[in-house]
Amino acid sequence: MITELGHFALILAFLTAIAQAVIPLIGAHKRWPGWMAVAEPAATVQFLLTTIAFAALTWAFVTSDFSLRLVTLNSHTDKPMLYKITGVWGNHEGSMLLWVLIVTLFGGAVAWFGANLPPTLRARVLSVQAMIGAAFFAFILFTSNPFLRMASPPFNGQDLNPLLQDPGLAFHPPLLYVGYVGLSMTFSFAVAALIEGRVDAAWGRWVRPYTLAAWLFLTLGIGLGSWWAYYELGWGGFWFWDPVENASFMPWLISVAMLHSAVVVEKRESLKSWTILMAIIAFGFSMVGAFITRSGLLTSVHAFASDPERGQFLLLIIAVAMIGALTLFAMRANVMQARGVFSPVSRESGLLLNNILLSVSCFVVFIGTMWPLVAEMVFNRKLTVGPPFFDAAFTPFMVALGLALPIGSMLPWKRATLGRIMRQLTPVFMLAVAIGMLAWAMQTGRSALGPMGLFLGAWLVGGALVDIWSRTGRGSGRPARLFRLPRADWGKAVAHAGFGVTVAGIAAMVAWEKEDIRVMQVGESMEIAGYALRLDDVGREQGPNYNAIVADFTLSRDGREIGQMRPEKRNYPVAQMPTTEAALNNGFLRDIYVVIGDPQDNGGWAVRTYYKPLANWIWGGTILMAIGGALSLSDRRYRVAAGTRRTPKPAASDEDVQGSKGVPAE
Amino acid sequence: MKRLVLMLCLVATPLFAVQPDEVLDDPFLEQRARDISADLRCLVCRNESIDESNAELARDMRLLVRERLLAGDTDRDVVEYIVDRYGEYVLLNPVMSGSNMVLWLAAPVMFGAGVLMAGIYVRNRSRTREDDIAKLSEAEKTRLREILKN
Repeated sequence: MITELGHFALILAFLTAIAQAVIPLIGAHKRWPGWMAVAEPAATVQFLLTTIAFAALTWAFVTSDFSLRLVTLNSHTDKPMLYKITGVWGNHEGSMLLWVLIVTLFGGAVAWFGANLPPTLRARVLSVQAMIGAAFFAFILFTSNPFLRMASPPFNGQDLNPLLQDPGLAFHPPLLYVGYVGLSMTFSFAVAALIEGRVDAAWGRWVRPYTLAAWLFLTLGIGLGSWWAYYELGWGGFWFWDPVENASFMPWLISVAMLHSAVVVEKRESLKSWTILMAIIAFGFSMVGAFITRSGLLTSVHAFASDPERGQFLLLIIAVAMIGALTLFAMRANVMQARGVFSPVSRESGLLLNNILLSVSCFVVFIGTMWPLVAEMVFNRKLTVGPPFFDAAFTPFMVALGLALPIGSMLPWKRATLGRIMRQLTPVFMLAVAIGMLAWAMQTGRSALGPMGLFLGAWLVGGALVDIWSRTGRGSGRPARLFRLPRADWGKAVAHAGFGVTVAGIAAMVAWEKEDIRVMQVGESMEIAGYALRLDDVGREQGPNYNAIVADFTLSRDGREIGQMRPEKRNYPVAQMPTTEAALNNGFLRDIYVVIGDPQDNGGWAVRTYYKPLANWIWGGTILMAIGGALSLSDRRYRVAAGTRRTPKPAASDEDVQGSKGVPAE
Repeated sequence: MKRLVLMLCLVATPLFAVQPDEVLDDPFLEQRARDISADLRCLVCRNESIDESNAELARDMRLLVRERLLAGDTDRDVVEYIVDRYGEYVLLNPVMSGSNMVLWLAAPVMFGAGVLMAGIYVRNRSRTREDDIAKLSEAEKTRLREILKN
């Protein structure tokens, strides 16, 4: 009964979306207030109906209703409650329902908090958002309906994939989806602005919170996914350049570029067409991500149960959205004329460089991901593009970005002199070089990767500190003023510093990792990077829906015990699948990572041990970036004055621009 | 929610990637073997190198690499030997030749084009005078008149 209610709610939501897509659009065109006003209640209703559908599906999972095909395929009565709930989106149909739920949530957000938008723009934004919603509702209802029943329900289910039964992966998809789908909002804003024929500073400001929110969740989602891969897959890798990882990374890169170029639209009324293009492309990449995961076109370790019909439907949605938006874009090129004037050395130019580097690095990821397909179809070459290519082709652009960032972020608008900024940054630069040299001296005969990474990390973190300090002005009372700076300033500094921390972490881990593979007897000890590891015991344990081999290790240094480590090797009998649960000893400067393997003929156990320097910095930096985004999002300018249409001051003098402190999110 | 196929590799053989019995006695030779196998793809897995893969085939390929190294092959000989048997598909690092040059050169060319276009844009921006664009268009004038009338 509840299932049927959910199914019915989903159909109603689809119909509501169609109405919301059509009526407000006509209303906005004809300036009929009544028709435009349909948008807000429709958005609310659409969200509520989708919530009902989602709740109904969740209920079916929680109560293990095996008359539902989806529940049978992905659940089991013995599964812990947490994974019964997360199992809702641990499959294709359920994850699409979550996707569309978030689409309606963002639509609802505009309806509830968008009172400051001009009525026509709001109606059009909601209409475009509803078009996206309708397309995905149709996709769910016609190709991947989660509410299909079974003719004869089995006694128990086939269990969720054991790799997904993990807290890290349980919350990875929802975060990522909020990010992906958040970009649908910027897409809707871009298309609505194009229909409206008006792209100005106010638009730049309205769209910013949504871009920030989408980017923030993408950052968290990607970070969580990478952290999961690190501790779950058993060899401590954190990024594989897998097509599906790339699919989430491309929208991230584009949304970073868009965040920065939208600032130029907001402050200086330039880079408008570029920003609109980025908004369209970012959502395009989000949908390509959904397509890659579900079409089976590109082989991937992530590939969902792939189905050509679904792939074609998704491709159709992408084609219509992209061709439509880009045609509109070409037709309205005239409304996106730049107004601001700036010299070659200015923050505008710095942000332009930022955008070039980010979009080119996104292009590297794109062509690398798609090349196997192109090579096979066009050149009849069956080949692979793997991590070595991405490492070689992607890294130079990131290094260039890291080098330029501290300088670019301190440049004033319109016209700048490099000399003054260089003087402020010299101490930090010297310090960073010293750290890099020190690292170079301490390592013997290895690549320049580690020292370079530490140099960049120090340069970025130091640059962010100098940047925020320089905003406190001159004279006494600077420390006090530091805490009165707008949150967006802090957000910028924290996010930039976070990038530096991540860069340092990645470089150190890749360059200085140590690995040890051996057979150990119970009672035996080994040494890695100055730490001693003793295998105390190996036993068997029974989990709720798995059985495990559990090893007890004691980690010590200089005879002093640091901790116990218990790696597991689990076997899930229902899914007939083993997983490795690595044991980690986390530290500020290093992780020790132990994996227990198979029993050997001589009674010993295969043991893999890793020493991972600065491992946690990778995710620490990611969290810092997200905190930076959250700080920026909470800046009062976006809450209080977000709606007031600013009159741009084209004649602002240089002193004005440099003297105006606390302009958010520069 | 993803990585389903990864497990196909795990299902077949619940092993580790590199096994202790595979490791060569000569650490220098072993390091070479690791470096080579990190760039070779496991054919039955998706996007995993033979160094990371748990599949039986990957183990065979790892042993083959070590065998060739012990026989005195150079790194290059070993890779060629593997490619001869398994095809270009095993190379995770696409070779820089023929049509693959498009792949390798695409980004640098794109970057060059981007910088060039940005350069033109910036030049344009820095030469425009604010007065030129601050003027109202015909449509804006009409709209202004409308607003003033009301």
